[in-house]
Amino acid sequence: MTVDAVKVSGLSKRYGLHRALASVDMEMGPGVCALLGANGAGKSTLLGIVSSIVRPSAGKVEYLSQGKALRGGPGLRKQIGVLAHESFLYSGLSALENLYFWGRLYQVEDMQERSVSLLKTVGLDEKAWTREAGTYSRGMVQRLALARTMLHEPSLLLLDEPFTGLDRTGAQALAQALQEAVTRKAVILVITHDLESIADITTHVAVLRRGAIAHETRSAGYSFAELKDLYHAHSE
Amino acid sequence: MTLAWKDVRVEFRSREIVYTMCFFAAMVVLLFSFAFLRPSGEGQTNNVADLSPGFVWVAVLFAGTLGLSRAFDRERESGTMRGLLLAPIPRASIFLGKALAIFIMIFLVQIVVVPLVVLFFDAPLLEYPLVLVCTLLLGSAGFAIVGSVFAAMLLKTGSRDVLLPVVLYPILVPLFIAAIKSTTSMLEGGLADSWFWIRFLGVYDTIFTVAALWTFESLVIE
Repeated sequence: MTVDAVKVSGLSKRYGLHRALASVDMEMGPGVCALLGANGAGKSTLLGIVSSIVRPSAGKVEYLSQGKALRGGPGLRKQIGVLAHESFLYSGLSALENLYFWGRLYQVEDMQERSVSLLKTVGLDEKAWTREAGTYSRGMVQRLALARTMLHEPSLLLLDEPFTGLDRTGAQALAQALQEAVTRKAVILVITHDLESIADITTHVAVLRRGAIAHETRSAGYSFAELKDLYHAHSE
Repeated sequence: MTLAWKDVRVEFRSREIVYTMCFFAAMVVLLFSFAFLRPSGEGQTNNVADLSPGFVWVAVLFAGTLGLSRAFDRERESGTMRGLLLAPIPRASIFLGKALAIFIMIFLVQIVVVPLVVLFFDAPLLEYPLVLVCTLLLGSAGFAIVGSVFAAMLLKTGSRDVLLPVVLYPILVPLFIAAIKSTTSMLEGGLADSWFWIRFLGVYDTIFTVAALWTFESLVIE
């Protein structure tokens, strides 16, 4: 059971008097969907609702597998991988211990092999694997968070500013991980202001403005310049 | 179990919460001894052993609240509580894992507090060990269950350290009355009364466990 499409219908979210999302309709399929917009446009709220951790005020999110809607709950959550502003890592545990802990919760098979392989993929220095994550730099934390997100090979990937804190090699590792997720036909929603890094792999762009979809388009691919133009034309 | 084991492992490594709780509880007992023990001539002190159940449970209550805040702060740092809520496990099991870890920590505090109270106040607390252990276990379990729900609920609140005791203590009043009554009856040799209050603690724990399992998810989802 893997998620191959996500359908968002009439989604609204209010925090008291503040309206974060206003009747958002959107459908995402396999590939990278870039969710663009200025700060406070409602991007993270939308990602939070799609991840199932934020309750919408109105509307619904359907997770589809071969056209059939999947039921919510642990089975569905196993298909979702989230890389957010927060790393979801325990500072008192080492990189390997963190991955083993999350791997156990996600019932990952061959956990040790998979953890080691992912730590190599994200380029985390081998000497740091057994050191407490609390001693890591911002970039190292982000690399480990990326490994944690990819640990269970999610079919729905939700990434909120994933390039933050990454150096060039870290960004390359993330791009490689995204490419690998695209190859296995994962549905990927990326919020980023680093348009250059997602330019070649993006096939769907949605621009949010003040909680509503201001523009949505699909294409076989977007150049950096095209993404930049779309962002400036619709987000401000 | 995975979650509780992770908490115990992190705590065993940092020894931050249990040491602080034990030290704080020991200080509370020490302060009670300064406040209540008076010389009554010929090198003797007044007998306040009958007040000792109150000393034990007040020290546990204060130290437990301290540990509760810190244990959930660990889940706030780096947003790990959100990570747990996203994990493919029943959300109620997050509550059970945290409650189990807190229960272990509170029980460790009691292992320090009880001998200190016996030592300072000459209280015969260890005369009926089975009754004492049952009271301590059920009292700690109730505190951990109710405390975990409220601490998780207040995780996103800015002034949670102030709010936690304010919302938690009124709910804990029946538990502390029962725990103190059970311990007092044990000191007075009224074991039948002690067992009545132990059964009361069992019922309290069961009711709040069911309520917590039922409401936890809706309390922690944004």
